[in-house]
Amino acid sequence: MPTAAPVEVHEPDLTGVVAADRPWKVIVWNDPINLMSYVTFVIQKLFGYSREKAHKLMMDVHTKGKAVVSSGPREKAELDVFRLHEHGLWATMEHDE
Amino acid sequence: MSIFDRRPLRRGRQGQFVVGLGADERALLASLPGQMRELLADRGDPSLRRLFPPAYSSPDDWEREEEYARLMADDLLGRHREALDLLESTAQAEELSAEQLEGWLRALNSIRLLLGTRLGVTEDDEPDPSTSPLHGLYYFLGYLQECGLDALVGTGAGGE
Repeated sequence: MPTAAPVEVHEPDLTGVVAADRPWKVIVWNDPINLMSYVTFVIQKLFGYSREKAHKLMMDVHTKGKAVVSSGPREKAELDVFRLHEHGLWATMEHDE
Repeated sequence: MSIFDRRPLRRGRQGQFVVGLGADERALLASLPGQMRELLADRGDPSLRRLFPPAYSSPDDWEREEEYARLMADDLLGRHREALDLLESTAQAEELSAEQLEGWLRALNSIRLLLGTRLGVTEDDEPDPSTSPLHGLYYFLGYLQECGLDALVGTGAGGE
């Protein structure tokens, strides 16, 4: 049985692809105007989270200054940011580390 | 009786939301959307910045930011206007649907974002309603929003 000749494998360069595919995270920032109850309500409504999870995220925003509320491909993150802005929350998106 | 002693927005027995506001308060609410729309029309007022925040955290993403703003800024403006129009057209209503109440909450929030930015509200500096008429208005709108939220997602206590 012939032994397979060693095949030279060309590792494809995925650097660019990986950077493009890296998920984006959507962050809600603390601000002094939005009511805590309103922030909880909006997070729960937009993302379908339980009241407990939405409350915890709101508390993170309030005490730590920010919370990641969703993540995903760029188009989805942009839509989430838009919906948060529509409700007056201070949200931005950035590449996941 | 002061408005702060009663529930200006509460859940009714049939799942509708009952508006318990006086004529002066309704007239005030009806007058605010028009003033907001004027400001929104030219977008030049820096107090509007909280209504149109950047989408991207990093200034390095400025190209994406520009693209996003080009595609979405008008839509965002439209959504802010829709909620204000709804508040204006239902300011005299005795009852609101859940959807209408949510529109009220968004409109009240937009107005509070503008006022709070103008008044320089900070985390450590809870505005005192007696400071000025604008402070009073900011406080009133916050109270109304809180009551609306409580009616919408709270226990619904307060009853008819």
